[in-house]
Amino acid sequence: MVTETTNVVMPAAKTHENIEDFSVIGALFLTFFKIGLFTFGGGYAMLPLIENICVEKKKWITHEEMMDITVIAESTPGPIAINLATYVGYKQKKTVGALFATLGMVIPSFCIIYIISKFLDNYLEITWVASAFRGIKIAVALLIIDAALKMFKKMKKKPFPLVIMSLSLVAMMTINMLALRISSIVIMLTAALIGLVAFLASGNNRKEAVKK
Amino acid sequence: MIYLELLIGFLEVGLFSFGGGYAAIPLIRDVVLSHGWMDDATLSHMIAVSESTPGPMMVNLATYVGSEKGGMLGALIATTAVVLPAFLFILLITALLKKFVKNRHFQAVLNGMKPSIVGIIFATGVFMAMQNCFWKIESGVDAVAIALTLVLGVLYFGSRKVMEKGLTPIQLICISAGIGVLVYGI
Repeated sequence: MVTETTNVVMPAAKTHENIEDFSVIGALFLTFFKIGLFTFGGGYAMLPLIENICVEKKKWITHEEMMDITVIAESTPGPIAINLATYVGYKQKKTVGALFATLGMVIPSFCIIYIISKFLDNYLEITWVASAFRGIKIAVALLIIDAALKMFKKMKKKPFPLVIMSLSLVAMMTINMLALRISSIVIMLTAALIGLVAFLASGNNRKEAVKK
Repeated sequence: MIYLELLIGFLEVGLFSFGGGYAAIPLIRDVVLSHGWMDDATLSHMIAVSESTPGPMMVNLATYVGSEKGGMLGALIATTAVVLPAFLFILLITALLKKFVKNRHFQAVLNGMKPSIVGIIFATGVFMAMQNCFWKIESGVDAVAIALTLVLGVLYFGSRKVMEKGLTPIQLICISAGIGVLVYGI
């Protein structure tokens, strides 16, 4: 798409910008369409796809931004996938970009579910679908572990973040194993509070204030 | 009127479902059952379908319930309603984020949350792998699933040593679907 726009002779710079706008918006839509089509089993599973496509290939956002927005997505309502699509789209092309990225994310779901609801009541009884999905579930677990490992590699290996990470891991594992009805948001908010208290206790803010 | 009910019901889901798809299931259950849109068994079936189709689960479920209750228009309304709060929240936050990011207290909060989510995601992935391998079958151990986990794991992580970039997540999903059909049958 990029080569197309560069080959076309531009009558005016303005038109060139417009065409580039369209191609970025088109790329946002198609990219999130693809991500929507291959996201299975909840928001975390799409993180490796976002990392692979939006961070590594397209360089739309940095890894650090992905971390920021994942944390924010967890603490705001709504599907994490929608939060991420909206953020990446907005960063590229403001509200229009956000709209098309989100539409791209939603349309595959919408079409597939609509067709199932109208014509395929026995969707779950189709053997090859069930078989394929049993395979996909195994891949999804690996993808989520991979997302965590990549985040861990880029994390600062200081005592404070390492302790928070380990405690969160143990807490989440306990919640899962005992099937407790506690949302991960409780762990996140506790961590947020610890972060804030540690910052206030360290006296960093007072030193800074003196400098000013 | 069913359209208005769907709009309000799924706006509620979109507004109060923190922490992604699985955390939202109890809330969706409450909303759907309290409106009397369908019985528990039908809803459980729909949740299972939403988990086994691509896309965000909450969006899948909203489309499904909307379509069953109000056809194409119902599906459109329910889906828009469930997505809209998240969309608007992020637009608002992104617009404000530049100011916030420089705030050291906000940074301190993020510095606590970021390592936390790494731990949460890791635990989620490991737990899913364990569920696949150990708990879903009556005997307690699913040898086929363990073998598939090992094969796909070696393939995915090992491909990075052999090829420059390794397999992409999408390629892994396609391969795993293919292997699933081969192993578990058509």
